[in-house]
Amino acid sequence: MYVAVKGGERAIDNAHRLLDHARRGDPAVPEITPAQIDEQLALAVDRVMAEGSLYDRDLAALAIKQSRGDLIEAIFLVRAFRTTLPRFGASEPVDSGAMRIERRVSATYKDLPGGQVLGPTFDYTHRLVDFALAAGVSPPEPATAGQGEAIDAPHVTGLLDDEGLIEVNPGAQADHPVGDLTREPLEFPAGRDLRLQNLARGDEGFLLALGYSTQRGFGRTHPFVGEIRFGEVEVAFTPEELGFPVSLGRVALTECEMVTQFAGTAEVAPQFTRGYGLVFGQSERKAMSMALVDRALRTREFGEDVVAPAQDEEFVLSHSDNVQATGFVEHLKLPHYVDFQAELGLVRQLRREHAERAAAKASDAAAHREAAE
Amino acid sequence: MVMQLNARRTDDTVARQHLMATAAVATLDELEQAVARLGRPACQDLRAPEIGLVMLRGRMGGDGAPFNMGEATVTRAAVRLETGEVGMSYLLGRDPSRARLAAVIDAVWLRDSALVETVFLDPVQARMEADRREAAARSAATRVDFFTLVRGED
Repeated sequence: MYVAVKGGERAIDNAHRLLDHARRGDPAVPEITPAQIDEQLALAVDRVMAEGSLYDRDLAALAIKQSRGDLIEAIFLVRAFRTTLPRFGASEPVDSGAMRIERRVSATYKDLPGGQVLGPTFDYTHRLVDFALAAGVSPPEPATAGQGEAIDAPHVTGLLDDEGLIEVNPGAQADHPVGDLTREPLEFPAGRDLRLQNLARGDEGFLLALGYSTQRGFGRTHPFVGEIRFGEVEVAFTPEELGFPVSLGRVALTECEMVTQFAGTAEVAPQFTRGYGLVFGQSERKAMSMALVDRALRTREFGEDVVAPAQDEEFVLSHSDNVQATGFVEHLKLPHYVDFQAELGLVRQLRREHAERAAAKASDAAAHREAAE
Repeated sequence: MVMQLNARRTDDTVARQHLMATAAVATLDELEQAVARLGRPACQDLRAPEIGLVMLRGRMGGDGAPFNMGEATVTRAAVRLETGEVGMSYLLGRDPSRARLAAVIDAVWLRDSALVETVFLDPVQARMEADRREAAARSAATRVDFFTLVRGED
């Protein structure tokens, strides 16, 4: 148990001044700006927005600067900031089918409407450190093709839908308000809406490990990447005073549709099932992991046994949030002096009793030996 | 007659949605220049620029039931011209200056849509379309063409 302590104010102030100094680093090296972080460490900004659960590039970039590049600390800052703002309402659901495609690949179909568009990807790079970057070279102009026609790319799973080969996505239920775990504490069993919200803001490393575990056999789902797409979608919001939806602008999202193993019943013929991932910014690793874990968590829905960690809803959803996790793990370093004193007293008492029992046993044995002699 | 009025209203709404969508993504420069060209009309703040959150929603599987995917910062503002028109703005991010200018442009549009189309809507739309085409052409250059690989050997 943590018990409040007093004192140490000057040391704390000085520690924070030292932190500010350490953050700045060598003054001979130019100071980095949030704009530079936004433009040149864009994927770190994406991760902080996704797990901070707040789409705001400028804020995430500033948080990364403040946290010295500790992304979980930056996520913590973003989460704290959002609690200071009022909420105007909820957007209309975004239409990912109308996304302005920057990247779109499918592992299930070679030729598909809209094509396979690689976009800006690390895939197929050789993972060799590029020392030219250290020298600061300007990259060549990107290649272009066509006249900038819009890339019309309907969802790949629509191809399977047409034949009834894949389950139909669940439609909206009029009497079911959309669950929001920032307003109501999570209860189990949780609906898929709450699970997806939890996973969307969950720790990338945690979801990656869980997704990986399903591939290695701990809750296998035989996944294929039906499609991954990255690009911008329009956000529409209906202000009460206007009564019609207005566009707030565009946000960049990564979406993953995983096509997973069959399910069927006496009534319904076997069909592929689905796992879904949708993440702020460009993060395929996170979107794919989310889709794997989403599917694993649908175990009960398909009458499968819960035999692996990734299928255990309470385990997954209770441990996915890295701000909660870091808070509880890191609180251990705060003063626990009173608590520890109690433990010290207890262990001393136990040791004393242990020694007394040992001494009594030894004198009993000695008395027994004497009697025998 | 009633039908006609409704149709008219719907057309107006669509046109205003188009204007507000454009104002939401216009740069500070573009908004400032447009307001300058509109003569910096005198107006009163009905709602001083205010920063808040909107919860963004996605759909399960891309087209299924909605779920909350995370919030975004949004700035909104409302102004009233001396002639009475009330303009509003809602835009992503934290930018009081852009939000207020966007509300002014919306208000002037309600008074004189043709003027706002000339000094703001048309040039900003043209710039946005050029940006969109450039991005789309760059993405298109990374499209994988499996047939070319096979044909090239023949």
